[in-house]
Amino acid sequence: MMNYVWIFLVLSALITGALTGKLDTTVTAGINAAKDSIFTVLNFAGIMCMWSGMMRICKDSNLTGIINKAAKPICKRLFTDIEPDSKPMQAMLMNITANLLGLGNAATPLGLKGMRELDDINPTPDIASDAMCVFIILNTASLQLIPTSVVALRASAEAKNPFDVIVPIWISSLTSVIVGVVAIKAFIRFEKRRGKDC
Amino acid sequence: MLNIVSKYAIPTILLTILVFGFFTKTPVYDSFIAGVKEGMETVLNIIPPILAILTAVGMLRQSGAFDVITYVFKPLANIAGIPQEVVPLMLLRPVSGGGSLGMLADILSSYGADSFTGRLASTVMGATETTFYTIAVYFSATRVKNIRYCMSAALISDFAGMCVAVIVCKMMF
Repeated sequence: MMNYVWIFLVLSALITGALTGKLDTTVTAGINAAKDSIFTVLNFAGIMCMWSGMMRICKDSNLTGIINKAAKPICKRLFTDIEPDSKPMQAMLMNITANLLGLGNAATPLGLKGMRELDDINPTPDIASDAMCVFIILNTASLQLIPTSVVALRASAEAKNPFDVIVPIWISSLTSVIVGVVAIKAFIRFEKRRGKDC
Repeated sequence: MLNIVSKYAIPTILLTILVFGFFTKTPVYDSFIAGVKEGMETVLNIIPPILAILTAVGMLRQSGAFDVITYVFKPLANIAGIPQEVVPLMLLRPVSGGGSLGMLADILSSYGADSFTGRLASTVMGATETTFYTIAVYFSATRVKNIRYCMSAALISDFAGMCVAVIVCKMMF
């Protein structure tokens, strides 16, 4: 998808540049932007790495284990058809905790493991199970305690308090999780009811 | 109230992590270093998409195409009461994580991190995930061919998150 988006952006810039007679400066601007982008990344790389270090301490000290336990009752209600102590549930819990702590490197592999475990117990392998749908929604609307990259980028752009957006981010991502779960549960229920009618 | 939470949330989190690590006898320093290394990998991974999108945005801005885009979005942005510069970011956010991070960097340096535009853009960035990427990668680990309503529900949730982002930012900033 990004293939189309990117080529569309670059081509429309070039075409508009040609039409407005600024084709040469357009290309120069692109080259300069590429040059500057490295500095942009370097500017916030340090802060991102620092948070990544802190979150690794959470993982190694098993603070994540405590969060796992806290998330368990919620997950029991979200995934009613999955055994609370089963392997899929374990993988999903660990993925949710990793997401919450912004352990990006760990979250995706754990999420894939969760999907594979769910795949193994899926009675209809071609069609996504209810649990898969809910699990995907939790991941696309990921709730994060510290949105590391945003905070780091704000600090490098000299924000007075880079963390001042953290509460709005919590509120909006929590809403997006809740709305997503309600939506997918509603879709599932709607589908089942229609299935019965047929 | 919310501002107080913003002020003390981070120190509290940092303190909790360190004190907990200390009392559980975790090799805190070694863990930190290992985490920084992981962070470096993340940084290396996001450089290519950020460079790609910033190059495209730089060209769009110079060519005048950005003016056309913002002109098109202006009525829409006006109705919702949001700065029109944030609309392209909202559209890119579910598609590309690195790309939208690049666009956020561009907004922050052009309009300032403490402007309303900058704060709203930051909130939008943090409010949701890279929806399309997540759905594609996660289902690729399974045998599933029919993903049912996942895409619609995920996009509904993204949309809700962004609406709330606008409302909360208007209240707070």
